[in-house]
Amino acid sequence: MKTSEEIYNLLKEKFGDSIIELKTDVPVEHFITINPLEIDKVCNFLVSNKELSFDSLMNLSGVDDANGETKKDEAENSTMVGGTLSVYYHIESTSIRHKLVLKVSTPRENPEVSSVAEIWKAADWHEREAYDLLGIKFLNHPDLSRILMPYDWEAGYPLRKDYKNPEFYQGMKVPY
Amino acid sequence: MGLLDGQFTDDNIVISKVEDLLNWARLSSLWQMGFGLACCAIEMMATSASHYDFDRFGVIPRPSPRQSDVIIVSGTVTLKMAIRIKRLYEQMPDPKYVISMGSCSNCGGPYWEHGYHVLKGVDRVIPVDVYVPGCPPRPEALLEGLLKLQDKIRHESLAKKSA
Amino acid sequence: MAADIENKVTTTEKLKTEEMILNMGPQHPSTHGVLRLELELEGELILNVKPHIGYLHRCFEKHAEAMTYPQVIPYTDRMDYLASMYNEFGYAIAVEKLLDIKIPDRVEYIRVIMGELQRIASHLVALGTYGADIGAVTPFLFCFRDREKILSLFEMTCGARLLYNYIWVGGLSHDIHHDFLRLTKDFVDYFKPKIKELNDLLSYNKIFIERTANVGILPLDTAINYGITGPMLRASGLKWDLRKDDPYSIYDKFDFDIPVGDGRMGTVGDSWDRYFVRILEMEQSLRIIEQAVDQIPEGDVTSAIPKRVKPVVGQVYSRVENPRGELGYFIISNGSVNPFRVKVRGPSFVNLAVINELCKGHLVADVITILGSIDIVLGEVDR
Repeated sequence: MKTSEEIYNLLKEKFGDSIIELKTDVPVEHFITINPLEIDKVCNFLVSNKELSFDSLMNLSGVDDANGETKKDEAENSTMVGGTLSVYYHIESTSIRHKLVLKVSTPRENPEVSSVAEIWKAADWHEREAYDLLGIKFLNHPDLSRILMPYDWEAGYPLRKDYKNPEFYQGMKVPY
Repeated sequence: MGLLDGQFTDDNIVISKVEDLLNWARLSSLWQMGFGLACCAIEMMATSASHYDFDRFGVIPRPSPRQSDVIIVSGTVTLKMAIRIKRLYEQMPDPKYVISMGSCSNCGGPYWEHGYHVLKGVDRVIPVDVYVPGCPPRPEALLEGLLKLQDKIRHESLAKKSA
Repeated sequence: MAADIENKVTTTEKLKTEEMILNMGPQHPSTHGVLRLELELEGELILNVKPHIGYLHRCFEKHAEAMTYPQVIPYTDRMDYLASMYNEFGYAIAVEKLLDIKIPDRVEYIRVIMGELQRIASHLVALGTYGADIGAVTPFLFCFRDREKILSLFEMTCGARLLYNYIWVGGLSHDIHHDFLRLTKDFVDYFKPKIKELNDLLSYNKIFIERTANVGILPLDTAINYGITGPMLRASGLKWDLRKDDPYSIYDKFDFDIPVGDGRMGTVGDSWDRYFVRILEMEQSLRIIEQAVDQIPEGDVTSAIPKRVKPVVGQVYSRVENPRGELGYFIISNGSVNPFRVKVRGPSFVNLAVINELCKGHLVADVITILGSIDIVLGEVDR
């Protein structure tokens, strides 16, 4: 069983600058921040290394960090500019019984993260959901398309903090 | 068969209006289309099970819309599903009736405020005859909704078309 | 005569075949809700299955960001509507980890009793509808008759049959009825012979075995890679149950076994194994309920409920063992009374992704068998 500090040191020796920091002062869970375009190489190492063998992905969630600035235009609609969108990975090992939390952050204007769907097939649908609801693009994903919203939904990405509801969708009134 | 045949001792002729006869036949065997969407579907299944029997009113679940009289919309209607409900309603042959079961299909339910993908009430796409409130409605409430629908059918006339 | 037959044989060999795409649409009596499966067929053999979901997407995560922490609990009920007590349980444990409060023992015992009764009720629906899909209608009525007894126990406690709003952050909404423990003990004694009756009716029935054994075999390493949890993973041979491997609440005080599939009717990991693991789990739940009812202490169930739930800035991922698998809540808090982000890892969402692998090479009728043995609830898949 390894703690987060030991795994952080192991990863820092192997990957250097791709591993950004280990955050330990936030309550309940520690997490390691990683460069979004190198996450698939790091995860490959985490799975194949015999001492770590993280063979199971528990959860993959996209988050809108809401750390940009809000701008109001003439029609009183507020949009958010700047800031980041993040993805959190919770992984564990069924044989050695240890867990780890990883985080990547990308800019809001052009969010791109390497996909880990080839490493853990469980990530396939989770990444499609993060794309559908938040707009994060996963590079090298086998089939990145909307999964929960209708396929012709044009009004944007619903879970972002500055999302506005459309008035009509195919002839049906959407608001109450 | 317990209502009529116990009252007569010989062979008889019964005189009635054609409307009454047709309405009585229609309300005694309403075949429902099995259309359960969400939590209310479980209460609908519990109503068809043996504790609160649906079959004693003549209601049997049929899998296809082309063979059913009444559709019980039970559960939340989302925008993605609403287009399909409209198609299913148009596939049902006349005379057809709609029971809207539960708060979500009456008016959007607990998701009325922030639900960006929820249709606020199924009556925005199809015409509804009876609304049954509740979240989820008890099986007794659904049975009362069915009895109200039977009441409505009893007072229909051939001269005016319904819905 | 012989020349005619020969002619017929040679003409059929020259027939051209092509693949067909068949739509098992959102409205279907056997898909357990609104799920659309796009089947690519060659005759009756399946080449590819593509599931389309999202017909019940009810925006739970957007609602969670707009409500306060206690107001989210009725919305968690409605996600997996067959196991509502467990959804509330998982959410309450996650928020209590963020708040770092200690709960009275009586509350823990009552939560465990409610959770295990809910597990039995959920498995009864799964088994009843599975039998109805395969063609056996009688076990459906038997299972629902037993389920009504559990629902009347719940109704006595909190007033509702299906969606309870009973387990609150820091405790329960009110204490149990004074007759509840006696009636629960009566139910346990009533239900033990009913499992034997269900086994005689369905599990060892020759037609049922022919339909489910060796159908939809799930190998163990595929299961771990796809993130499968719950009875599906245990039927493939791995003894993995969060109540013993990552214990939460007071499950480490009880003595119970973890049933694992062993392939006695076919191969390890086929549909019969997945069905039978659920029956064995019901027996183990009865054991836990008996022990909890004997050991429950006195106390006040509302004493630890905070007046205002306002956690510190932080995040937590906590998980419980739903009747369908691992239910996880990932909550990020930014110090205000509304959660900043709540992500729910629903077990049915993850378990459904493997259906393409399971169905390849089987017939169309086997799709219903495999889908029923996965035991999905669309409210949890779409949230």
